[in-house]
Amino acid sequence: MFSYIIRRLISAVILLLIVSAVTFGIFFLLPKMAGQTTDQLAQQYIGKAPTAADIAAVKKNLGLDKPVYEQYWEFLKGIFVGVDYKFGPDAAKCHVPCFGYSFKTHIEVWPEIQSRLPVTLSLAAGAAVLWVVSGVATGVLSALRPGSLFDRMAMGVALAGVSLPMFFTGALALALFTYQWPIFERSDYVPLMEDPLLWARTLVLPWVTLAFLYSALYARLTRAGMLETLNEDYIRTARAKGLHERKVVLRHGLRAALTPIITVFGMDLGLLLGGALITEQVFSLKGVGAFAVEAINANDLPNILGVTLLAAFFIVICNLVVDVLYAAVDPRVRLS
Amino acid sequence: MTDSSEDKNGAAEAADTAGAAAEAGPVAETGAAPAPAGPGKPAAFLEVRDLKVHFPTDDGLVKSVDGLTFSLEKGKTLGIVGESGSGKSVTSLAVMGLHRASRRQRSKVTMSGEIWLDGKELVGADPDEVRRLRGRQMAMIFQDPLSALHPFYTVGSQIVEAYRVHHDVDKKTARKRAIEMLDRVGIPQPDKRVDDHPHQFSGGMRQRAMIAMALVNNPELLIADEPTTALDVTVQAQILDLIRDLQKEFGSAVIIITHDLGVVAELADDLLVMYGGRCVERGPAERVFAAPQHPYTWGLLGSMPRIDRDQTDRLIPVKGSPPSLINVPSGCAFNPRCPYADVPKDNLTRTVRPELRQVDGGHFSACHMAQEERERIWTEEIAPKL
Amino acid sequence: MTETTDEQNTTIPLQKTGETPEGGSADAEPLLKVRGLVRHFPITKGLLKRQVGAVQAVDGIDFDVRPGETLGVVGESGCGKSTMGRLITRLDEPTGGSIEFQGQDITHLSPGRLRPMRRDVQMIFQDPYGSLNPRHTIGAIVSTPFRLQGVEPEGGVKKEVQRLLELVGLSPEHYNRYPHEFSGGQRQRIGIARALALKPKLVVADEPVSALDVSIQAQVVNLMDDLQEELGLTYVIIAHDLSVIRHVSDRIAVMYLGKIVELADRKALYDSPMHPYTKALLSAVPVPDPKRRTQRDRILLTGDVPSPINPPSGCRFRTRCWKATEECATTEPPLVALRTGHQVACHHPENAPAEQKDSTN
Repeated sequence: MFSYIIRRLISAVILLLIVSAVTFGIFFLLPKMAGQTTDQLAQQYIGKAPTAADIAAVKKNLGLDKPVYEQYWEFLKGIFVGVDYKFGPDAAKCHVPCFGYSFKTHIEVWPEIQSRLPVTLSLAAGAAVLWVVSGVATGVLSALRPGSLFDRMAMGVALAGVSLPMFFTGALALALFTYQWPIFERSDYVPLMEDPLLWARTLVLPWVTLAFLYSALYARLTRAGMLETLNEDYIRTARAKGLHERKVVLRHGLRAALTPIITVFGMDLGLLLGGALITEQVFSLKGVGAFAVEAINANDLPNILGVTLLAAFFIVICNLVVDVLYAAVDPRVRLS
Repeated sequence: MTDSSEDKNGAAEAADTAGAAAEAGPVAETGAAPAPAGPGKPAAFLEVRDLKVHFPTDDGLVKSVDGLTFSLEKGKTLGIVGESGSGKSVTSLAVMGLHRASRRQRSKVTMSGEIWLDGKELVGADPDEVRRLRGRQMAMIFQDPLSALHPFYTVGSQIVEAYRVHHDVDKKTARKRAIEMLDRVGIPQPDKRVDDHPHQFSGGMRQRAMIAMALVNNPELLIADEPTTALDVTVQAQILDLIRDLQKEFGSAVIIITHDLGVVAELADDLLVMYGGRCVERGPAERVFAAPQHPYTWGLLGSMPRIDRDQTDRLIPVKGSPPSLINVPSGCAFNPRCPYADVPKDNLTRTVRPELRQVDGGHFSACHMAQEERERIWTEEIAPKL
Repeated sequence: MTETTDEQNTTIPLQKTGETPEGGSADAEPLLKVRGLVRHFPITKGLLKRQVGAVQAVDGIDFDVRPGETLGVVGESGCGKSTMGRLITRLDEPTGGSIEFQGQDITHLSPGRLRPMRRDVQMIFQDPYGSLNPRHTIGAIVSTPFRLQGVEPEGGVKKEVQRLLELVGLSPEHYNRYPHEFSGGQRQRIGIARALALKPKLVVADEPVSALDVSIQAQVVNLMDDLQEELGLTYVIIAHDLSVIRHVSDRIAVMYLGKIVELADRKALYDSPMHPYTKALLSAVPVPDPKRRTQRDRILLTGDVPSPINPPSGCRFRTRCWKATEECATTEPPLVALRTGHQVACHHPENAPAEQKDSTN
C-alpha cells in the first residue's frame, strides 16, 4: 500500500512538471509565434509611453532575452524559492510561490489568486456534497425499481439536468428566487469564518444550480453501475445469507458500484476547483473562475498561466487522492 | 441456445428487494393460501409439490420449472441432474426464495405449488419470513466461488456477516466462529487467512470458504449448485469429500445440482433427472444407475465417456439440442430427440404429457412406453453398449 | 491475389487412411516434433518495468505427434496445456526449444513465412460463442480461410463451404445465417468446418467440448472421430476432462506445472499409470456408478497446484506427492521410457517394471 502511494506520488510530480513545461511553453512561445517581439512583450509590463531604455531594462530584469529553457528554469525557481524582480529603481520581492506579475495591474499573481480561492473552494465543496448525496441516492433508488414511476421521472429530470446549459438554469434560478421571490438575495461572498449562515445563504443558489447538472450525471452513472452490480453473483450470495435487502443493496451493491463514481468524482472536483467559470459568472462570484475570465479578456498572460497551473495542480492532486481511495476501497488494486 | 441463456438470465435475475416484492407482489403468491390445498402437512423434512416457476419475457413465457415434485429427508442427499435450460438451478433458487431477483423487475416471475420445509410452507409465506430462514435453516453454495464472494470484503468479514444476521453476538465472538469454521473446512492457518480477501485464495480454498460461510449457522438444508464445476478434478475430489463429511457431521439434508452424473453417483442417495423444466425420472441413485427407466437418462449415460472403461466404441449421443423453455414440445418434452418416440401407439408421445409413474419402490419415470418395453430396450439395446 | 512464398504444397494431397487412426505408426516420420519447448511470460514491476520473474507456463517439453494419431494432452488449470497448444500452432512464439512441422523448423518463423504452414495446421477453440464473429454469416466465416490464403477451391468457394457444412452435420442452407441463430453444439460444428476448410493435416483442439452440454458433447466427439477417419486427420486434443481424453486419444501426455510428467499409450496410461500425479488424477475422477463409491481407493491430493511463477525445485509435483523424498527436492527427474512407449518423469514410479529404470530414451 505504501509503495503504491509513493509510486503514485512520483508520477503525480512528474505529471505536474510536464504540465507546467507545456503550459509555460505555450504561453511564452505563443506571443512570439503570433509575431510579437520581446520588446513588445516587455512593453506590456511598463504601460504607456515606454522609452527604449525602460524596455531594455525590463527585458533584462525579467530575462525575456534569454532562451526559453532558461526562462522556464527561472519560472520554476520562482515558484519554489521566490524571485527578486527589479522594475526600474525598486527591487520587488516576488514571494513563494511566484507566478510573476500581472501585465495590467502589476500585482503579484499568486496573492490575487489566493484571495479568490475561498470563493471557489466554498462553491465547489458545497456543490460536490450536494450532488454526490442527491445523485447517488437518486441513482440507487432508480436502480432498485427500474422502470417504475420514480425511475422514469428521475431519469427524465436527470436528462434535463445533463442537457440544460448552466447559464440557462443559473439564470432561471436567479430570476425565480432572487427577483421573483427574493428568498436568496444577491449579495457578495461572505467568508465562512465571518458569518457561516450568511456564507451559506449567498451560496445556496450557485450550489443548487451547479449540483443540479452534476447530480443528474451522477444519478445516471450510479443507476447504471448499480444495475450491473445487483446482477453479480456475490449479491445473490448476500441474499442467500438472509441479509435484509437494504443491507444487500447498500453494503454489497453500492460499495462495489461506487468505485467508478469515485474516479469520475475526482476528475469533476479537480476541474471545478480550477474555477467554475460559468457559475461564477452567472452568480457574479469573484472566484478563481471569474479571475480566469478577466485574465483571458485582458490578455494578461501571467495571470492566465497562474490559473492554468493551479487548475492542473488540482486535477493532478484529485486524481492522486482518487487512486489512493481506489486502493483503499478495492483490495485487488493494492497488489497489482 | 436461446432457451438456455434465457434460463440463465432467469436464474441470475432471481431475487428482489423485499420492498419491491411486497409492492409488485407476483400474482401467484396472493393466490396461494397458507393452508395447503393438497394432502396437508407432509411428513418429509423438505417436500416440493407441483412447483412451477414462470418468467414472462418479451419472447414469451419461460417455463423454467413446470410442475416439479420431490421430497428429501434430513441426512440424505438428493442429486438433481440436467443440462443447461432444464430448470435445475431455478428449482434451487425457488426453494431458497431467491428466484425473484431480477434486474428488470418488470418481468414478474410467478411461482405456484408448495414448498414445505420442516412443516412450514414457503411459496405462500411472507418474503421476510423466508428471508429469515435463508442462511439459517437453509443455505446455498454456488458454482463459481470467485464471483460469489464479494471482492472488497475479507473472507472472514463475509462469514462474520452471515453469522451475525441470525445470531445476536458481538463481532469478536462471530470472528471466533468464522475461524473455527474455516478450520473445519480445512483451510490452513485459519486465524491468518480469515483476514485475506477472496482473490488471495486459490479456487479450491474459495469454495471451502463458501462452504464455511454456508454452514456457519448449522443449516438443516444445504443446496449446492454445481459446486465443483469450476474446479480442477483433484480439488473437486477434495470438495466432494468435504461436503460428504460435513453432511455426516451435521446431519443436514443436501441437494446437489449438477450436469455431471459422476458427481451425483459420488454423493447422492436419490437422483432426480430434469428435462425441459420437468422431472423425467427420479429414484434411489443406485437403482436409477443400475436400471434407468427413461430414454433421456439413457442418452445422458450413453453420451458420457467413462474414465473406468477403455471404450473404443462410439458414444451414443442424444440427437438435436435441448428444447426452448418458451416452446416446450407438446406431449413428452423429449419426443423430438427420443429414438423411441414412435414405440407407444396413437402418437401418444406427441400429444399427451406423460406423468411420473412408479416403476418400483420409490423409482419413478415419466415415459409412455410400457415398463416391460423399457426394461427390454435397456437390457438388450442400451446397457451392452455402455 | 495474395502472394504465397515458396509454394511447396500447391495441392495438399488428401492423406490416405491407410494407417489406422487407432495408433499411427511409431516408426513413421513424426508430423510434429517438439523439443525442449519453453514459454515464459515475463513479470515486470515498478516504474522501470524491470523483470522480476516469469510465469513458467511451459518449461521444457518434448513430444512427437505421429501422422494419423490423436495425442491427448491433459492436466489441471495452470499446467500450461493451452499455452502449449498456442505454441505448436505458432499463435504464440516460444521462448526456447524447437518445433518442427513435417521436417521444417517453424519455431521462430515470421508471420509471412508461416503462411504456408497455417493451411496445414488448424485450431479449434473452446468457446463456440467467442470464436465466431457475430456480424458475419456462416458462409463468410467458413470461407475466411480461403480468402486469407488466396485459395480458390474446385467448384467455387460457396459450393465448397456448403460441402463443408454438410460434412460437419449442418445443412447447406445455413450458409446465410448468423452465429446467434445456432446452438452451442452447432456453433462448435461451424468452428470445425472452418478449421477443416483448407484440408489441414494437423488439427489442434483446445477444450473442444468442455463448454457444451453432455448430450451435445457426445455429438461433437463422434463428429471429430468420423472426420479423422474420413480425412486422415491428426489431432492434438487438449482437455481437462480425463474421461473425454481417454475416449478420444491414442496416446496421452499428462502435464503438471509446465512439464510433461507422463506420456504413454492410452491403455498403458489408464491401466497402469506410473507417475503418482497421473494415478491421483485418475483416482479423483468421479465414476457414474454409485455402487463403486465405497470400493474405490481414492488418492486425495492435499492442497492446490503451486504457482508457476515459483515452481518447486526438483520434481514439481513433490509438494503434493506422498512418495516424495530428499532426491525429489534436489534432482529434477527426466522424462524417460520405462517401458516401450511409456515415458515418465519420476524418481519413484508406480507400476514400474522390476528392473529399475534404464535410461534408454
